[in-house]
Amino acid sequence: MYREHILSHYKEPQHFGSLQHATHHAHSFNPLCGDDLTMELLVKKQQVEDVRFSGKGCAISMAAASMLTEIVVGKTIDQLKKLTKDDIFKLLDIPLSPGRIKCALLCLETLHKAAYGEQSKGDKGEHHDV
Amino acid sequence: MLSAINPSALKKQFPIFKRKIHGKSLTYLDNAATTQKPQAVIDTITDYYTNHNANIHRGVYQLSQEATGLYEAAHATIGRFIGASADEIIFTRNTTESINLLAHSLPPLFGKRNELLLTELEHHANLVPWQQLAKRAGMQLKFIRMNSDFTLDLADAEKKITSKTALVALCHVSNALGTINPVQKITQLAKAKGALTVVDAAQSVPHMPVDVKRLGCDFLAFSGHKMYGSTGIGVLYGRKELLERMPPYMTGGDMIKRVSYHDAEWNDLPMKFEAGTPHISGAIGLAAAVSYLQKIGMENIRKHEEHLTALALEQLKKFSVTIYHPGINHGAGIISFNLRGVHAHDVASLMDDHGICIRGGHHCAMPLMKKLGIPGTARISFGLYNTEQDVAAVMIALQSIIKKFGVKV
Ligand SMILES: Cc1ncc(COP(=O)(O)O)c(C=O)c1O
Repeated sequence: MYREHILSHYKEPQHFGSLQHATHHAHSFNPLCGDDLTMELLVKKQQVEDVRFSGKGCAISMAAASMLTEIVVGKTIDQLKKLTKDDIFKLLDIPLSPGRIKCALLCLETLHKAAYGEQSKGDKGEHHDV
Repeated sequence: MLSAINPSALKKQFPIFKRKIHGKSLTYLDNAATTQKPQAVIDTITDYYTNHNANIHRGVYQLSQEATGLYEAAHATIGRFIGASADEIIFTRNTTESINLLAHSLPPLFGKRNELLLTELEHHANLVPWQQLAKRAGMQLKFIRMNSDFTLDLADAEKKITSKTALVALCHVSNALGTINPVQKITQLAKAKGALTVVDAAQSVPHMPVDVKRLGCDFLAFSGHKMYGSTGIGVLYGRKELLERMPPYMTGGDMIKRVSYHDAEWNDLPMKFEAGTPHISGAIGLAAAVSYLQKIGMENIRKHEEHLTALALEQLKKFSVTIYHPGINHGAGIISFNLRGVHAHDVASLMDDHGICIRGGHHCAMPLMKKLGIPGTARISFGLYNTEQDVAAVMIALQSIIKKFGVKV
């Protein structure tokens, strides 16, 4: 699981930090392992211009978030909504043990929350994945 | 240094250690979660199903009488092991069920007392049942504070145990930090104020001598699977005089003496609290596990695990780790730690690559982790078959994790 590309994303995450003028943002927390993730998007004309993430967690969850941010710029909100678990698994390109799948998918859950956030406030709101 | 027992020889009595994990020999250091099973226990359970299987208390035929005899003898064996009589031993599924039984059946004995006193160190199993009882019955829930050295604050206990205290429930050994609580002192304080006492002994009975009379507790709960027996079998010890005054937990077959369409009369102890067909093979297997432990000697096991704990604490200090353990004088063979810059789950996952089983997470003690300000820890917990080589294997694995993650030492 801990291939070189995972560790390098963990040690030097891409798009780590926050955005001054984010239009979309969401936060997720996994109480089971304490992983904590915030995603911020700057969207103009339905298209992602910039992205940042912040938080803390294991190498798998942080590396997955970092890799995900690398592919979201330029995508439309609708394209973000269509991203699936398999897209994340392909990005990671490692054999994940069953106990670690939740860690890998926390970033997708957060991104989806951010993408849905604006139009449907509330109903996708504080979904905590346990 | 010479150990009190020969763990390498003992390891050979546990067939699971023959197998390989990721091509490496198995180093099992998650004994606080559950222990491996010796051949003696496996053989006893196999023999029961091969030669003696029948329902108990029901048949007049030979086979049923054999099964009944073995099941009743299990009560006596486990009773002797902790200084209790056979009718004070109730078989449950596990520690959790034992405590739920109490949370259900004990309140009628509380009288006007309205406070439940726990400690900040409890496993969810000794917290949630009482918390829910407090909500249901409108009782007050209080907690004895933990000191910064991970020991229990006795002065705080003294302050909080009052004539309003219905019950003090505490763990003997904390599964998250290894802290050995001064149970004897707490039960004395409780007794002086007329409060009942419940001891969660899930992490002490498998690792040190435990005697309910010496501890002075009213109730004691533990799990078979953490003491080299099978899963699905647990124990609740209760003082006979109290058990007799308590209403049953579950009702139905076996726990009754006489039943009419509109009424029922409860059976004698311990059957009154053992409704339905019990886990017969589990109970007999647990008795075999107890005999196995007695042959080795609980004092010897404690000494051996103490030695390994001291060794591991010493060696861990060489790394850039935070250790959450009260020290060898106040702690058992459970060591929680965090490696700087590496999440506990990553530590546990990477240990697995070396064939080492350790736990990473909150250890069913979320409020305690929150108090410590951490999401969780990596945890090593020893059993009687662990060796100095096992400790060395952990240190080698830590070395390689540090190299991988580039942590500065
Ligand atoms: C201190 C303590 N109490 C209670 C339990 C619960 O045991 P079980 O899951 O067997 O009911 C455990 C085990 O995880 C424990 O370590």
